[in-house]
Amino acid sequence: MPIKIQINNADALTEASNVQQLAQELNLPERGVAIAVNNQIAPRASWSDTSLNEGDRITVIKAAFGG
Amino acid sequence: MRYSRHILLEGFGKEGQQKLLQSKVLLIGAGGLGSPNALYLAAAGVGTIGIADADTVSLSNLQRQVIHFTQDIGKPKVESAAEKIRQINPDVKVVTYDQFISQANASEIISDYDFIIDCTDSFASKYLVNDACVMAHKPFCAGGVVKYGAQVMTHVPGSACYRCIFPEPPAENDVETCATVGVLGSVVGIMGSIQATEAIKYLTGIGELLTNKLLIVDALSMNFQSIAFNQNKECSLCGEHPTITELEEYSFQPCRKIKV
Ligand SMILES: [Zn+2]
Repeated sequence: MPIKIQINNADALTEASNVQQLAQELNLPERGVAIAVNNQIAPRASWSDTSLNEGDRITVIKAAFGG
Repeated sequence: MRYSRHILLEGFGKEGQQKLLQSKVLLIGAGGLGSPNALYLAAAGVGTIGIADADTVSLSNLQRQVIHFTQDIGKPKVESAAEKIRQINPDVKVVTYDQFISQANASEIISDYDFIIDCTDSFASKYLVNDACVMAHKPFCAGGVVKYGAQVMTHVPGSACYRCIFPEPPAENDVETCATVGVLGSVVGIMGSIQATEAIKYLTGIGELLTNKLLIVDALSMNFQSIAFNQNKECSLCGEHPTITELEEYSFQPCRKIKV
């Protein structure tokens, strides 16, 4: 059963049950991307242990290089 | 008098202004982020402003690099910026470094400053500034802008570093090149102004810094989001078992013009 979450302020449905699976679902690159769950960064090493819950606010952050 | 609106500020006062006048801030990059930083820090009366950049002013810079004027095209950016700073505020001593930051010069250049501001335009330089400052126990503010979005964070000794969030830069294939990525000039202005504010807060000791926080700005929705993160025990630079122990610059420099 997919759960309802928010990704970068937009409603989304996901089959993923943890952050690692979500990153795969979103096809995120290996490097240069961070993910926050409810405004707190989830370090990459903890992605598979960080479970997703209905209503979680996910922020996908791509490092910005410009200046 | 020049600083009366600072001195009126609660918590700032004459002491705060005195601290600014005795402070030294280094801007690494005199482009989009460097411009608002230089303008506001000069006006604020930061005693010494260092600027490092080897680039020259070109026409396509002027849309966002507001310290440079049309008549400056072709001039070294550090020279153009230094001229404006002196006109804004003769109290400020300007030190220019007509060179790009590199693994060879980074430690030496930053050693002279109280606070460093990353105004660079490439991952290689951003990681170099982060690594050099963390190794030298220097506080700094990192900023990055792409299109309508931007990120900014501050590091002080002991707080999380840029690698704690982004351990490694993206793969080259995943980075759009500067020539193909647009950036809204005023967004760079917002971010540079935030960086200057962080520097002033650090130097005067007022307020709460963006340490262990990444502020993300999306100008299209005008959404400002502050994301918390902790110092990462597994960080290759500032973690418990660091593997990065000397400065090494990433070679990928897609935005750098060849200097002739
Ligand atoms: Zn770190």
